[in-house]
Amino acid sequence: MIEIENLYKSYGKHEILKGLSLKVNQGEILVILGRSGVGKSVLLKQIIGIEKPDCGTVDVFGKRISTMDQKDIYKTVKDMGMLFQGAALFDSMNIFDNIAFYLSEHGNLETGQPYSKEEIEQRVCSALAEVGLSGVEKKMPSDLSGGMRKRAGLARLIVYRPKILLYDEPTTGLDPITAQQINELIVKTQKNLQGTSIVVTHDMHSALFIADRLALHDQGKIAFVDKPEIFLEIDNPIIQSFKDCLYNHPTASKE
Amino acid sequence: MFQKILRFNFLASIGEYVRLFIEVLEASFRRPPSWNLLREQLYNIGVLSLTVVAITGFSTGFVLAAQSFYQLNEKGLASITGIMVGKAMITELGPLLTAFMVTGRVGSAMCAELGTMNVTEQIDALKSMAINPNRYLVAPRFLAGIIMMPLLTLFSIVMGIYGGYLISVYLFGMSPAAFFDPMPMHITLFDLFTGVFKAFCFGVILVTVCCYKGMRARGGAAGVGVSITKSVVISYTLILIADFFITVMLNSIYQEFQTDWLG
Repeated sequence: MIEIENLYKSYGKHEILKGLSLKVNQGEILVILGRSGVGKSVLLKQIIGIEKPDCGTVDVFGKRISTMDQKDIYKTVKDMGMLFQGAALFDSMNIFDNIAFYLSEHGNLETGQPYSKEEIEQRVCSALAEVGLSGVEKKMPSDLSGGMRKRAGLARLIVYRPKILLYDEPTTGLDPITAQQINELIVKTQKNLQGTSIVVTHDMHSALFIADRLALHDQGKIAFVDKPEIFLEIDNPIIQSFKDCLYNHPTASKE
Repeated sequence: MFQKILRFNFLASIGEYVRLFIEVLEASFRRPPSWNLLREQLYNIGVLSLTVVAITGFSTGFVLAAQSFYQLNEKGLASITGIMVGKAMITELGPLLTAFMVTGRVGSAMCAELGTMNVTEQIDALKSMAINPNRYLVAPRFLAGIIMMPLLTLFSIVMGIYGGYLISVYLFGMSPAAFFDPMPMHITLFDLFTGVFKAFCFGVILVTVCCYKGMRARGGAAGVGVSITKSVVISYTLILIADFFITVMLNSIYQEFQTDWLG
């Protein structure tokens, strides 16, 4: 589904990705753990074609997105979606227009026809209901709390049912209850859409709750990838530090 | 070494600006933005700038008429005050001051809006939804800028001449005929074309520079502030430089045309 080979990315003299390789299987939720500033968000931006790598390849749906020209990237990423760290809702639009944006701009990808107003309204309301935000359609993003904005961002993503979902620090800056709601929404969305999800986070509770596989991003590379129960047994100081954070707080499990 | 880096960054910026310009041209004319987006920008750039352009044009007309009258009256040439006001407003002050006011009012706001969208990842969000930000954000502003700048300039010229007329007639006691009558003999269609062409070029400069600086803003609110300052300063500078070259170029062509074609 997604194959990344030997990826390098630098900003000026600052090397972020140093030969990163990763394979993501169809239908799984892969959680990438890593400390702040290691380049987790940069990795997501390479996958969805927002940025191009200096070197290396990113293949999505069997297509090499890393070397495509911009027009082909836009064609390919129509089936992908990303939830940004700050939700990145459009300030100038109300919540309804934010969520309806993709549908209004692209129409029905299969038929090539635009959606009717009623159909857009029905899908937006259904997406908002799914994330528990019914009734905020007319509000502006600035009127919502951080957690609500994240949920609205998620609604904007699930309304067009992408096949690949990327989540950038979905629970960062949220209280534990709201964070847990977001975790549950990610798992629910995955079940409903049957897509492939990549979540980058440094929240171990969140990671264990949602992950089918866990990966450790360290020093510009993926150091380990495995199922959570095996991942937690790996003898590595960073994994140990993440585990220590976990044991200092009430634990959460997928069950 | 530092100079090399500086030179490279400068050249890279020019390259990026040219690339944005070409992409925006392509997005504007090959697949024009939707009417809704364009209408919003036409309103923002055109209608909402009317007051400030009117005040600027009007007060410039006042000052121009007063200065011209005081200087010319001493030499017994007060009768050409109207020509002075008209010619200066049409060929120079109308387009230039309108461009300055639109840069200050609209260009800085464009840069702030796009800059904020950039630092809050809204532009990345557009890309992640397969929307080309140059087509969605810059192209409507570009088209609205090149449509509205000539119209605003014409409006500013009318207001300036009217301001000059009021001062000349009601303060200095010139007759309306003395103010207006010499104008058709000395102000040509070429002058009007010069003013409108300049306005068009200034519109291109101010929109592309301000959008470019906005799309390149980095580093939170402070970074957006720096981008806005740079966008306004660069726009003003380029507009003044372009003003000189357009004046020289158009007049050279016109003189050549008169000599070669009209004898």
